[in-house]
Amino acid sequence: MFARSLFVAALMVVSSFAAAKASPVTHATLDNGLEIVVIEDRRAPVVVHMVWYPVGAADEPPLQSGIAHFLEHLMFKGTDTQAPGEFSAVVEANGGRDNAFTSWDYTGYFQRVASDRLALMMEMEADRMQNLSFTDAEWLPERDVILEERGQVLESRVGAQFNEALLAALFKSHPYGVPIIGWRHEMETLTDEMAMDFYAAHYGPNNAILVIAGDVDTAEALALAETHYGPIPANPAITPVIRPSEPPHLAERRLVMEDARVGNPYVNRVYLVPPRRSGDQAQAAALQMLAALLGGSATTSVLERQLNFDEGIALSAWASYMGMMRDYGMFMMGITPVEGVSLDEAEAAMDRVFAEFLENGVDLEQFERVRRQIRASEIYALDDTQSRARQYGTGLSIGLSVEDVDGWIDALEAVTPEDVIAAGRDLLDRRASVTGHLTRPQTTEVN
Amino acid sequence: MKRLIALFLLVAFPLRAEVDITPVTSESGLTAWLVEERSIPFVALELIFAGGATIESDAQAGAVILMTALLEEGAGDLDAQAFAARTEELAARISFSSGRDSVSVSVRFLTEDAEAVIDHLRLALTEPRFDESAIERVRGQVLASLRRENLDPNTLASRAFARAAFGAHPYGRETNGTPETVAALDRAALLDAHQGAIARDRVFIGAAGDIAPEELSALLDRLFEGIPETGAPIPDHAEFLAGPGLDIIPFDGPQSVVAFGHDGIARDDPDFLTAFVVNEVFGGGRFGTRLMRSLREERGLTYGIGAFLSSGALGESYQGRLSTDNANVEIVIELLREEWARIARDGITAEELDRIQTYLTGAYPLRFDGNSSIASIMASMQYQGFDQDYVNIRNDLIRALTLEDVNAMAARLYDPEALFFVVVGQPVGLN
Repeated sequence: MFARSLFVAALMVVSSFAAAKASPVTHATLDNGLEIVVIEDRRAPVVVHMVWYPVGAADEPPLQSGIAHFLEHLMFKGTDTQAPGEFSAVVEANGGRDNAFTSWDYTGYFQRVASDRLALMMEMEADRMQNLSFTDAEWLPERDVILEERGQVLESRVGAQFNEALLAALFKSHPYGVPIIGWRHEMETLTDEMAMDFYAAHYGPNNAILVIAGDVDTAEALALAETHYGPIPANPAITPVIRPSEPPHLAERRLVMEDARVGNPYVNRVYLVPPRRSGDQAQAAALQMLAALLGGSATTSVLERQLNFDEGIALSAWASYMGMMRDYGMFMMGITPVEGVSLDEAEAAMDRVFAEFLENGVDLEQFERVRRQIRASEIYALDDTQSRARQYGTGLSIGLSVEDVDGWIDALEAVTPEDVIAAGRDLLDRRASVTGHLTRPQTTEVN
Repeated sequence: MKRLIALFLLVAFPLRAEVDITPVTSESGLTAWLVEERSIPFVALELIFAGGATIESDAQAGAVILMTALLEEGAGDLDAQAFAARTEELAARISFSSGRDSVSVSVRFLTEDAEAVIDHLRLALTEPRFDESAIERVRGQVLASLRRENLDPNTLASRAFARAAFGAHPYGRETNGTPETVAALDRAALLDAHQGAIARDRVFIGAAGDIAPEELSALLDRLFEGIPETGAPIPDHAEFLAGPGLDIIPFDGPQSVVAFGHDGIARDDPDFLTAFVVNEVFGGGRFGTRLMRSLREERGLTYGIGAFLSSGALGESYQGRLSTDNANVEIVIELLREEWARIARDGITAEELDRIQTYLTGAYPLRFDGNSSIASIMASMQYQGFDQDYVNIRNDLIRALTLEDVNAMAARLYDPEALFFVVVGQPVGLN
């Protein structure tokens, strides 16, 4: 039968958490500078192969916003020996899926294939690390594609445009204020030459992280990597990019955006806060716990419970922390009021609940539940190898070490209720924040 | 395509979906498919209750959605806060969702908490409280999401297509209800929806993870104690009604959303798999399909375009979607008509068939990549009426398809004269 005594159950917790941590992750570096992370998970005959370049939209030259993302698209347009589209066609012919993504801090390429196809993926990825090549017939229509992409994912979504406006206002100097996909008027002027210049300046084994996760033997995976990536010479053009940094923030920013497409008006605030830093993740962990307590659950978190359940003035309220950034983290807090409650009233209520939270301290029962879920999330995370691969890829791309990534759960568990309150008091500074109201035009009647 | 051919020749597929399914029948007669995987100490469980929003009347449209959203808002002696706190204490991940054709429950729990989580879930399924305060709060959220949907061009396009396609059948109406019907739902309507939707006669169960068949069997009986034998009747088949033509729904924005399509292929049609293969070549939502090549890669007219066999339990259609600049809509529609006519007339090539067979058979095993995905596949295979050994023969069925088979299907499926378009936006040059 399934019943187990409580005593046995308690022992099980210890052993299962220990087992979770034992899952092997290996870190190595080739002579040409390529960093490698191998994560073994032999449950299914599948492997994820990823190459991350720790360069992204925050590294773009002036007047070329969107070039990192445009280059990501063009990386599928051929090399000296591969035809346009061949990369994806070969992945597909091998039953795999491939895609790529660009952020401010990194650009990543990945394939998910049967594990015996790993060598072929490496061969092709190593090729486009050094031999990218395409013609006008490829890059010109692709520029229209990224403009359509901007139209579809940004300009057709008022919430996305609002976020773009918030970040542009929050960052006074650092390029996190420029949208990853680029400003339309600059995207329209991007060229093949700009893309190739960006490629030549930033792509190479000495500026890349290879992550292999899934059904592989670590030693074999490392040997394969040496065979395919080892011969690529380091790119001497690669030098550290110096990004502008933020001056002191002395003035809180506020903005109002009106649009007839707004279904439910809301308030969103973004604070500039520390990101996760290598060797010192304590502040970031406290911010993460603060976000979990304030907004981690749609029912029991502080903002939802108070504003939605008890007072009935919010449809929803949220808090979240983005710490996987190289230079600055962001802490978000917001509220969508019910009809009949103005955005000013909603914002005041949110501020009041946050102030009371800092005043009254953490509910210890809620704190324990959050900790229990964090421990369990470590087990659930083992089920999703691709997501684990992304954790390491993102972490190493923003300057964390494998130990930092491995140590994140411990860092979260080390946070005390006092640390949470201190983070809320000391790290969320209204002067380093932007508060936006997204609303329908006052003159338009909807519903 | 310099090197392409050579690389294709290198390909060989040793892979099968290595999935070992154990059918489980509980003492009370529930059946489930289990895939045991003991290396991580948790279990994923998936329940699909057939019926979904199709069981509700027009006047109560939205009842099943609202009811499902309320299942986690308090049950037994726990109010919404206490219920959620208990879920957190157990570190379980429970999600309820509902759609046009089904209500689904996805659960993940740590092995050592199995019985406590099952008891907690049973409370939600058998004794939801539907407290007035919870009803009002969640109703407000549903109404808010309806307001958002009313301003979302993609939703507007899908709704208009469904209405034209299926008319007065529940497939033609808005699954989430309308502001009027949702506003009018009372507690009795929700109790009705609960009684009608959650029943043993319509459940399909999949499980994967750290659990033995006899343990699963006992847990299922424990979970279903108190769940009624039968639910509400499910409506009859829906005929596809939309004729050829073009509907324009004016909407302000830089782009138009275009929904297009015509009648489809029933999911129990003996040649459904053939139609699936043809569509994967034509519009299967990946790079390299005919539609992506023609509209995105060659002409830059869109960020993405896909076509899909929308084959539901009660009716079918064949549809596609894209967003494009308002100035491009006219040329896009012309190109779609051309592609449609070309595949209906000429079918696909031997090379295209070969490539898609290789791709589909190679990609299939990659789906079974974790307890959560496996549990969900196990439930949905049963829901869709597949046999257990389908997992093992599915690739052989795809490999066995000949060019004659697929091109007979292309001629049957694609009808350029029947194409119906919905455009939501400010398209230039159309009227």
